[in-house]
Amino acid sequence: MTPPLAWYLGLSAVLFAIGVLGVLIRRNVIVIFMAIELMLNAVNLSFVALARSLGSMDGQVIVFFVMTVAAAEAAVGLAIILSMFRNRETTNADELATLKW
Amino acid sequence: MVIETTWLGWIVALPALGVLFNVFVGRRATGAVELVGPGLVGAAFALAVWAALRRPEGGALHDHVYTWIVAGPFRAEAGLRLDALAMVMTLVVTGVGFLIHIYSVGYMHGDQGFARYFAYLNLFTTAMLILVLADNLVLLFVGWEGVGLCSYLLIGFWYEKPENAAAGKKAFLVNRVGDAGFLLGLFLIVATLGNHGIWTLDVAALEQHRDLLREVAPWVCLLLFVGATGKSAQLPLYVWLPDAMAGPTPVSALIHAATMVTAGVYMIARLHFLYALAPAALAVVAVVGALTALFAAAVATAQMDIKKVLAYSTVSQLGYMFLGLGVGATGAAVFHLVTHAFFKALLFLGAGSVIHGLGGEQDMERMGGLGTRMRITFVTMAAGTLAIAGVPPFSGFFSKDEILWNACAGAFPVLGVIGLLVAFLTAFYTGRLFCMTFFGECRASEDVQHHLHESPAVMTLPLVVLAVLACAGGFLDVPGLLGGEGHEAHAPLAFMLLATALAAGGLGLAWALYVKWPGLPSLVAWRLGAFYRLVRDKFRVDELYDAAVVRPVFALAEVSATRIDPQLIDGAVNGAGRVVSATSGAWRRYQTGNVQHYALSFLAGALALLGYWVTR
Repeated sequence: MTPPLAWYLGLSAVLFAIGVLGVLIRRNVIVIFMAIELMLNAVNLSFVALARSLGSMDGQVIVFFVMTVAAAEAAVGLAIILSMFRNRETTNADELATLKW
Repeated sequence: MVIETTWLGWIVALPALGVLFNVFVGRRATGAVELVGPGLVGAAFALAVWAALRRPEGGALHDHVYTWIVAGPFRAEAGLRLDALAMVMTLVVTGVGFLIHIYSVGYMHGDQGFARYFAYLNLFTTAMLILVLADNLVLLFVGWEGVGLCSYLLIGFWYEKPENAAAGKKAFLVNRVGDAGFLLGLFLIVATLGNHGIWTLDVAALEQHRDLLREVAPWVCLLLFVGATGKSAQLPLYVWLPDAMAGPTPVSALIHAATMVTAGVYMIARLHFLYALAPAALAVVAVVGALTALFAAAVATAQMDIKKVLAYSTVSQLGYMFLGLGVGATGAAVFHLVTHAFFKALLFLGAGSVIHGLGGEQDMERMGGLGTRMRITFVTMAAGTLAIAGVPPFSGFFSKDEILWNACAGAFPVLGVIGLLVAFLTAFYTGRLFCMTFFGECRASEDVQHHLHESPAVMTLPLVVLAVLACAGGFLDVPGLLGGEGHEAHAPLAFMLLATALAAGGLGLAWALYVKWPGLPSLVAWRLGAFYRLVRDKFRVDELYDAAVVRPVFALAEVSATRIDPQLIDGAVNGAGRVVSATSGAWRRYQTGNVQHYALSFLAGALALLGYWVTR
């Protein structure tokens, strides 16, 4: 017997909230980056769960798109983090705050 | 009957060509300027005579040059019209102007700005001819402003001296006050006629539709008269004319005799049909004229500068003309304008000859005894003096008498009495001028006396011609030519005798005071004390205007410059900038640069949207 849909959605919401908190609270940009990935995958989970429960393939197709975008984003994001670290020798988000005023 | 022509415009064009020549070629060919400058005005005079002969009896010549302004329904043509009044004026302007041009060749000989001088002089003649020949009031206004501009240029001709430049500026500014009134009068006419679908300022059309103007006529006439007081130097705007003496003497003659100051008289004579609709405005004209005549004549009796005496004399004589216009004697007023042009040009040019002979001396205290040394000037000036004093049969007698009799027989006989008093004063101050200049001991310094000489023929010839005109001008039937506008009566013999006696009395008194008992004037002056000083200081009108108008305006400008502009205007501009800068300064604190802060506001926005969709 499979668990009911609400459980999947609940898990997805919890994972998403953890991701949001991670983005807002952690100082290390790599960890923030990981938290973003967590949020994306939380959304993926709710898509797949809903696709299964509704008997439609649409949700799963969207998940493939999300994974593709996430991969591209990871590549670009890591490249940015790498060049930031080369220039500033830090990955602390508080110290990377020169783009202002 | 109006005959269309194509050549009337050349009367205006000839002096205008002179302007072009003098401006573009003159500086390199001074010798040619001597011929071209006066020559073209002489040609214009000849053409004016030809036009006068071709003019149909009681009719006019007309020349439509081109259509000048078309603005919606409003039309103004550049059209010239030579009727009786314009003919008289054109002949005076070109004729007397021509003589003054010739005289100037001698007077201005060797001056640095010889070509510039003749360019201005020709432009002056051009503008005045446009003024008198214009067939509509818009074109008349062009000439009106043109003579104003030229007076400014010529009064300030020797602009190296600051006081000359200031005198030119004063003439321009005072005239501006009057011109504002003139323009308002024109606007009122256009607006009123426009309501009835007539969009023109053509004088003939105005005369035709004058009934439509009946209601606004008093206002129109008073506003136009404000313009006339400016141009023709009447109270209260006469102040520029005495200062206009800063220009070269022939210019004074031109301004005072042939052009400029006659513009106001001409304009009112031209629009007499309008003034006939407004008796109240006519009364104002008469009163202002009489008061100006009295005021200026009184001032003239106490001036020591020979040109100042003549300047106030002009103001006074113009007052006569306005008195004549005001009592409805248009013909007599224009008649006096003509005779005045003759004898005033003569007096000014004679004074110029004296000044020239004395090496620039204008103070009558340092003249005297010139009668034997400057024969021609002496004799011609004598003719001018007798003419202005009104001794029969010289020209001034006829025209002045006609004005005075019409004033006495008119609605306000008291104005006529004032006029008679002025006639006495006129005889006195001109006699005084003449006696102080030509009789008695010579009070000039030895050096000046040594160089004293009669003027060259190019200067004395115009004097002789003008003297003949001043003697015989009274026999011209100008009022008859103008068709006896109004109801002009010829003075009875007794009145003529009275006027003659006054003139003789004034001249005799001057002779007694300044030749027979030369010590007496200073005694009289001492006796009169404060009153004499008041008259000598021209009733301190300039000081009054200075305190009442000039200083307040300057003070206002000062306050604007030091307070209002830097504090109010700049304050508003800077304040606006400061408010923007302060607001943006507050808001930019939200731009921390920290990615997580942005993410937080992102989250807040997302939650707010979510909340909205859920609770909706």
